Amino acid sequence: MPQSQTLSGGFADPARQSAHAFRSVMEAMARPGSLHDITGAEPPASLSVATGAVLLTLCDTDTPVHLAGDADCATVRDWIAFHTGAPFCGPADCMFALGTWQALAPLSAFPTGTAQYPDRSATMIVEVPQLSASGATLTGPGIKDNASLSLPETRAFRDNHALFPLGLDFIFTSGSRLAALPRSTEVR
Amino acid sequence: MKDGFDQNAPRKSWMGLLAKAPEGRAAALLDGAMARPSFTWLRAPEIGTTMVRARAGGTGTSFNLGEVTVTRCALTLEGGPVGHAYIRGRRKADAEAAALIDALMQTDRAGVLQAEVLDRLHAEAAAAKADRAGKAAATKVDFFTMVRGED
Amino acid sequence: MYVAVKGGERAIENAHAWLAEERRGDPGVAELDVAQIRQQLGLAVNRVMAEGSLYDPDLAALAIKQARGDLIEAIFLIRAYRTTLPRFGASTPVDTGAMACDRRISATFKDLPGGQILGPTFDYTHRLLDFKLAAEGEVPDAPKRDADLADVPHVTGFLNREGLIEEAPQDDTPPPDLTREPLEMPADRALRLQALARADEGFTLGLAYSTQRGYARNHAFVGELRIGSVPVEMEIPELGFAVEIGEITLTECETVNQFKGSKTEPPQFTRGYGLVFGQTERKAISMALVDRALRWEELGEDDQGAPAQDAEFVLYHADNIQATGFLEHIKLPHYVDFQSELELVRKLRREAGAHQVQEAAE
Repeated sequence: MPQSQTLSGGFADPARQSAHAFRSVMEAMARPGSLHDITGAEPPASLSVATGAVLLTLCDTDTPVHLAGDADCATVRDWIAFHTGAPFCGPADCMFALGTWQALAPLSAFPTGTAQYPDRSATMIVEVPQLSASGATLTGPGIKDNASLSLPETRAFRDNHALFPLGLDFIFTSGSRLAALPRSTEVR
Repeated sequence: MKDGFDQNAPRKSWMGLLAKAPEGRAAALLDGAMARPSFTWLRAPEIGTTMVRARAGGTGTSFNLGEVTVTRCALTLEGGPVGHAYIRGRRKADAEAAALIDALMQTDRAGVLQAEVLDRLHAEAAAAKADRAGKAAATKVDFFTMVRGED
Repeated sequence: MYVAVKGGERAIENAHAWLAEERRGDPGVAELDVAQIRQQLGLAVNRVMAEGSLYDPDLAALAIKQARGDLIEAIFLIRAYRTTLPRFGASTPVDTGAMACDRRISATFKDLPGGQILGPTFDYTHRLLDFKLAAEGEVPDAPKRDADLADVPHVTGFLNREGLIEEAPQDDTPPPDLTREPLEMPADRALRLQALARADEGFTLGLAYSTQRGYARNHAFVGELRIGSVPVEMEIPELGFAVEIGEITLTECETVNQFKGSKTEPPQFTRGYGLVFGQTERKAISMALVDRALRWEELGEDDQGAPAQDAEFVLYHADNIQATGFLEHIKLPHYVDFQSELELVRKLRREAGAHQVQEAAE
């Protein structure tokens, strides 16, 4: 029955699992480029396990979500609605955006915060085919010397960093793996 | 899922009735009517809030009045029917009973539950409402104009 | 400069133990249970729900017991508990026109359709202490009469038909929420009403009284005051339709205010609105008067410089938990801050002393 598919797959033990998942997302943001395993969610097949866990942990009725490209389908919408209650919206009003790198372009459509409230910006959840500690070089807060991360490109992240303290923050997901790139990180 | 208003009306009606039932009442009537079937939680009972909105002047701009505690849960019976409950207050056992009844109302047990649970809840709610309205009516004022002054 | 200190744990533990003992009082006297507070101190429970901004009579009763009857402390406990709960969503706006009224009175129309219903009111009591209540006793059932269960229309609706009162057109813009975004000026009416609904009753009453005494006088009449229960309906995303999740008791007050017209508006009656959780009519009437006073700008009235017209003054000082938090924190240790003050005064005195010695030497 299709209903059961969208209504199952949440955290079985929400208090513990969301605390673990939150810890992973926080560590990932605090140490840009570090890789973390994050499990416990069973979202619809088109989403990775890591994306599912991030959504369950960070989204609720107060966090409008933008679904880009193939992520915007009835199954995903119903799953997010049931498990998080998050409303759906266009890119300009979202707090979280979800999709592949191609589907999320152009980044200029997303809010980067205001001078008074830099936190009123979007966090991008980017589904990538693979995620490894190689590729672009990262430096900045939370990184000792430097780190490497397989980013889809570098230019967009350099432009984003130039907006600091405004800007977008990124969470990359692949399977059960997750890494993050906050606006404070320099990308070379 | 998203059917027209009329198709949802019966379910809206029984879910509202179950939510408004006094503490423990729906569970007691359910247990009196049948043995509870086995089920799987889709969402175990959890307590949260709903922001109550109202309108300025009763009809105008909507505003946030304040929150109310709510318990909700969702479960599925063997064979597929899904039951939901959203009820005011912190009442996990009542939410479970309400979701079970909601699920069972989508099965061939609907007739029994309608008679043994819903009709009785409805009658009890109507009696309680009439009782309170009766007390209010007894405090209704009948004015007699004695003199109408000009100042 | 910060100084790390250690100690006091034992003193704090012992203070808590004594607090618990004092809360219980003489063990020879029966202990209050939460249900007794909910049932027999209902108006205190209502105030805690209203200003705690969380409708849950059992929690409010528990908070009153824990706070030893200090209602602001109880409201603090409710506000703190509320922050631990996830929010599932928002209700559709409640329809107070469909209220099952326990009480419904109008000071402006005596013969209103639906009638004047006094309800369980103190209004016509003599305010003489009733020593019978000091003894236990059974209370007889209240009398009943056949009731008409139809909805009772709002009084302002009658004036609307003649066009004598300003309209309140429906607006479904999602309202701002001061529990989610910090309160910022200018605050629109939706935000002001939210702040007033949870505002301190005493503060709101004082401001409302000031408008009656002439500070931004706006000649308010209680067009209608109603108390009763309304269903709360909520859109359930996974179902795709709205269901009733229960009923709550509300007090609603609409004032009808004389208005001579302004540059932008014709002479007509204007409205003030009060809506509060529970049976809380003093607060609801106060809220309606303050709401009306705060509307001076949109109605094109003059700013008389009255406190009740100053939205920033009213809204930033109306919340008793913000107020008590800031006020009471000054009794807590400020040793570090004060140490620097001491250093400064000593230094100034040394310098002044050195100056005198130098002058004497010259």
